[in-house]
Order: sequence, then C-alpha cells, then structure tokens
Amino acid sequence: MRTTRFACAALLAATLVAAPRDAVAQAADQAQIQQQIDQLRREFNDRLTALEAQLAALQGGQPAPAPSAAQAPPPAQTTVDVPAGAAGAGGPSGPLPVYGNVAAGSKIFNPDMAVIGDFLGASGRNRVDPQPALEMHESEASFQAIVDPYARADFFVSFGEEGVELEEGVLTLTSLPGGFLTKVGKMRAAFGKVNALHNHVLPWTDRPLVTRNLVGGEDGIDDAGISVARLLPAGPLFLEATGEIYRGDASESLFRSSKRGDLAYVAHLRGYHDITESTNIDLGTSYSYGHNPAGIVNDVDLGRFTTNLFGVDATLRWRPLTRAIYHQFVGRSEVIWSNREQFDGRQRSMGYYVSGDYQFARRWWLGGRFDHSERAEDASLLDRGGSAVLTYWPSEFSQVRGQYRHTRYADGPDANELLFQFQFSIGAHGAHPF
Amino acid sequence: MRMFKLLLVFVLALPLSAFAQGKLNVVSTTEDLGSLAREIGGDKVSVTALAKGYQDPHFVDPKPSFILAVSRADVLIVVGRELEIGWLPPLLTSSRNGKIQQAGKGYLDASTNVRILEIPTGQITRAMGDVHPLGNPHYWLEPGNGRRIAQSIRDKFSELSPGNASYFAQRYTDFDTRLAAGEKRWDAAMAPYKGTKIVTYHRSWPNFMERFGLDVMGYVEPKPGIPPSPSHTIELIDEMKRQGAKLIVVEPYFDLKTPQAIATQVGGKVLVLAPSVGGSKEATDYIQLFDYDVNQLLAALKQVTGK
Repeated sequence: MRTTRFACAALLAATLVAAPRDAVAQAADQAQIQQQIDQLRREFNDRLTALEAQLAALQGGQPAPAPSAAQAPPPAQTTVDVPAGAAGAGGPSGPLPVYGNVAAGSKIFNPDMAVIGDFLGASGRNRVDPQPALEMHESEASFQAIVDPYARADFFVSFGEEGVELEEGVLTLTSLPGGFLTKVGKMRAAFGKVNALHNHVLPWTDRPLVTRNLVGGEDGIDDAGISVARLLPAGPLFLEATGEIYRGDASESLFRSSKRGDLAYVAHLRGYHDITESTNIDLGTSYSYGHNPAGIVNDVDLGRFTTNLFGVDATLRWRPLTRAIYHQFVGRSEVIWSNREQFDGRQRSMGYYVSGDYQFARRWWLGGRFDHSERAEDASLLDRGGSAVLTYWPSEFSQVRGQYRHTRYADGPDANELLFQFQFSIGAHGAHPF
Repeated sequence: MRMFKLLLVFVLALPLSAFAQGKLNVVSTTEDLGSLAREIGGDKVSVTALAKGYQDPHFVDPKPSFILAVSRADVLIVVGRELEIGWLPPLLTSSRNGKIQQAGKGYLDASTNVRILEIPTGQITRAMGDVHPLGNPHYWLEPGNGRRIAQSIRDKFSELSPGNASYFAQRYTDFDTRLAAGEKRWDAAMAPYKGTKIVTYHRSWPNFMERFGLDVMGYVEPKPGIPPSPSHTIELIDEMKRQGAKLIVVEPYFDLKTPQAIATQVGGKVLVLAPSVGGSKEATDYIQLFDYDVNQLLAALKQVTGK
C-alpha cells in the first residue's frame, strides 16, 4: 500500500515537473521518469522485505517469506461495522461486507439528471375547460447522456396528477453519413413550434386554443416513431427538412390507429436567417396525416376516416448582444388548418395564435397572446381568447408567472381567469431553449 | 397515397454533396480561441467564432446559423469547464458532424492544458449562485494560459493536417516570441500597481488580476450569475471604503447603473474592460486584447491611486 502511495506521489511530482515542457521533450522525460519510478519501487520493495524479515526474527518466529514484487495484494473485501446500538441484538456481529460497486468508478457514466417542477394555480370561472385551483401539474424528470460514439439518448418522464407518462424517450444518431439526423423513440413531433416544446419552456402557463382544438391538446402529436432531418444546401440560409413516421396514436382526439398500417406522418420544412446579429427570423411549414378516431364504433374502425393538418409558423427574435441578459423580444404566430373526415362529412377548420414576449429587465418578462380557433369536430364552433402574462425569474433555475386569460367559448359562458405558475429546476444545467 | 407519403418523407432527405477543402475549417466558441487559432493556422485554416467578444459567453443563443457553421467544421475549439453548457450541446447534437463530437478527432477542449483557478472544494450547491463545478472558465485572460492554448491548437492542427505541421510550429514560435515581448511590456507597466485593491462585476478576471498582481476584494454580483441586490451593494460600498478600493471593472455586457452608483459613493471609477477579443473595437486579436486592457487599466489606476 505504501509502495503504491509513494509511487503515486513520485508520479504526481514528476507530472508537475514535466507539465510545462513541450510534447517531444515530454515523451522522452516520461520514459526516463518511468525508469526512475521503477528503480525506486525495486529499491523500496527490497528494503521492505529486509525490514519484514528483521521484524520476524526479532519476534522469535520463523523468518517471513519474502513477498515477490510482482505479487499483487489480494483485493480487499470492503466492510462496514454493525451500526451502533444494533450489536448484540441477535443479528450479525463484526464487520459486514458491502456489496455492489463501492469504488463507484462507473457512476461517472450516470446520465445528467434533472427534475423540473411545474405548479399551477387558477382562480376565476371557467365552465367549459376548468382547471383545479391548485395543482402540481407536472414533475418532469430528465435523463440525458451520450450512448456511444454514434448516438445520444434523452428521456423525459412526466409525473402528473393522473400518473406517469413517458413524454419523450429518444435515441438520436448524431453521426450518420449523408448528414441525416435520425431520432428513434417516443417524441414530440416536429409539427409547427409549440407542439415540439415541453411545458416548462413555453412563455405561458397554458397552450394556445388552436393546439387544444386542432392538434390534440397538451400532449399534441407525441408518439412512437422515427424522425429523419437533413440540412438542405442553401448557402447562408439554414434550411432543414424533417420527415417523420409515427405509429398513429396521438392524444385522444387527433390520431388513432386501429391496425398496423394506420401510420401517421409528419413533414416539416424550416428556414432560418440572421437578419442582423441581433435580429433573426424563423419560418416553417408543416404537414401531418393520420387516421382519426371519428369512425371508430365499438372499437371497430367503420369509417376509416383520416385527418390532414397543415401549418405555417413564423418567429421573429430580437436580442441585442451587448445587453442580451437584459432585453429581448420574441414574436410568434402559428396558423393551422385541419381537414377532418367524419360520418357527417368533412370538417375544414382553421385556427391561429399570435404572441409577443418582451424581456424588459434582467428578471422580468411581459407577454401577450391572442387566440382564435375553430374546433376540429365542428368548424362552426369558434373559440377566441386573449392573455396577458407577467414572468419573474429569481434565477436561471426558477420562475414565477401570472397570466390573466379571457376566453370566449362557442358553447359556454365566457371565462375570466387568473392563472399562476411556479417552476423550479434541480439537477444538471439544461440547455437554453431557442 | 401511403406510398406517396413514404416517398415524400425520404425524398426530403436528399444525399449530401460532400465538400472537400484544402483549408482546415475551424469553428471556435469564442473570439479568443478564434484569434489563437488564426495565429497558429495562418492561411491554412479558415476560422469562424460563434460568440462575439462583447456578449456574455454564458448566455448565447444556439442559433440555427451556428448549426450550419458547426456542421461544416473540421475542428471545434471550445472553452470547456461548462462555460458553454447552456448552448453548445444542442449545436453538437444538431450538427450531424461526427468529427467534432466530444470524442471526435476534431474536438478540442482548450481547458485541458491550462491553469484553472477557483476549482471548488467540498460540497457545492446552487445556493452559491451559478457556480462552475469544474473551476473558473475565464482562464484565457492570462498570457501564460494563452500560450498553453496555442500549444494545444498547434498540436491539434498538426495532428489533423500533418503536412503543415512545420508551418504551424513556425507560426507558434513566432506567436510565442511576440507574446513573450508583450508579457514583458505588460508586467513592467503594471508593476507599480501591485497589490491595489479593486472590485469586478462578475468573477471573469481571476487569472488576469492574479497575473498582474491586482487584489480583487469584492464583486458587484452578490453570487455568480445573481444580479446585484441593495443589501450586498451597501455592504460592498462599506467594504470598499474600509479597504480603500476605488476601481470597479465591468464586462461590456453588464448594466452600468449599479457599478456607477457604487463608484459615486466611494469616489471611484467604473472601467469597462474587454474580457475577450472583440470585446472592444481595439481588441482585435489576442495580443491586442492585453495591450488594450492593460492600457485602460493603467490610465484608470493612475487616476484613482494618484501614482
């Protein structure tokens, strides 16, 4: 043991001495130092052997057998003592073995873990789509790590009031030839902007009406499938095309597959351009197709009805670089058209939202959103709404938000609500959303 | 119909036109590393720096235009020590570029070979603010570390482009000579002010101040990444008066209101220094950065100390 410690110290000292030199000299030095260490180790071992023999002789016993330098000490059994107070109670006594990986070297391969809490409160009246007064809406646990030289994996497990759901569990192949970025697993589809975002990165406490009415609500298109995205050569312009195939089960109302062939498809084209170093524009068009549940009677898909969704989205961002931590503006809009087959014919519905969010101080954001959406099942029903949002950031890892929301429902009384939200994050530092 | 849709999905994924170039395509996360890469690479490389020198390197947007740059890179040079943790990982994932992934040949973490300060010992929590568990990442602000980064870059370039190894070695030697001359100049100029107590906004300057012998006795931020609070500001003013500190050094991306209020209270001065190449118009490369900062500091120190 002392030999090892001595060798370590010598090695460390040698490294410190050698560090600033340049590489060629370093290699030569290393070999030389290694020789010196070996020399020292040999001398040390010889001396130790001699001393041990002397000790044995003094104690009057047999001379101790000389341990060979090459012989490795047996691996020490790691033990702990019986906890204080538990001894003598009929249980085991003396040192207890510890099982498992005590050295814990492999723990460095544990994924980055974080938990984000999302607490929601609501006051006021809403008879059409009421939320509870207080709700631990979601606790999202994330586990993220690099799998091997070719891939990374990201898991997001959402613990809600109704149970646990795998929000995303994705393998991303990062180094495929041909520039294909491929994802396999359960994921939020690349349909528009809001559908792909997790709750905690939204600038509101809720999702826009058009998401609820036309794109399957809070969960949206979140399904098991394969996604392939590729950059298209377009000079200085960022142009990315994404094609995705899903099983065909997205939320309750949007897509439902009743046989293997009932797959759902998503296509997305995204263009991005830096107008100046502080202003940029992000445009997208999306398309999705799948079988809807309208024709399912007693678990049999009699109608074989399908839904086509089209969407366009635009985002304008402004963030002056020298004051990036104090001021920024994000303006965004998405328009979505739904074409849904049903027993009573085709329903062609449209919906959109327009939102703006302005950071006016290091910790403060002010935002607003206007909602307008017909319903997928009945295009004659039109819901409209407006929200004003104020957000406060104590730090990068927590957030308090208040939202006043007025909603004019097609089939119920108007709702006036004050919503508030606490969000807090522990664990690994996640990437900032863009 | 279904066949058509399947086809559509795959047609969207057209084959990539591979582009072969004679020059090494270098992307660096900051302008400092970019400048050092230019010093070593000369006309055998083309360099793109992502974050600007006048922007807070902790808070950079992972813009899709950066994805384009990283996707074409042969070499990616990063500051490391979790400085870019908020924005680099999504760029790497979306880059579709195996060369510059973390274990790739083209990935260079500039911090592996340098002197790092403020590596936390013992338990750390976020109650301490946005602490960097791997030590202070603003290590490039010291010429000795700059030299070590340049060595790492020289070795990496030579590994990837062995035919140009002697060219890179030659350019390194030239840079090393100019840097050594600079060090002599800066050390001599700063010598009279050794031990002067100053305050900085963020903990961006430990390597710089240690090198030039200035004593940082406090920070405008109560904790790293936490904006100034009234109680901390009052404490800081008292402490500055007690210890006779008069100079407040601020990075160009922080608001000057609080520092200016403090300076008025203690009868001192606020100085905006360039924490990076490009942090001011005059700081055009790594050596110019020190020329600029040292000159600015000298003028300000002369004023507040009367020496």
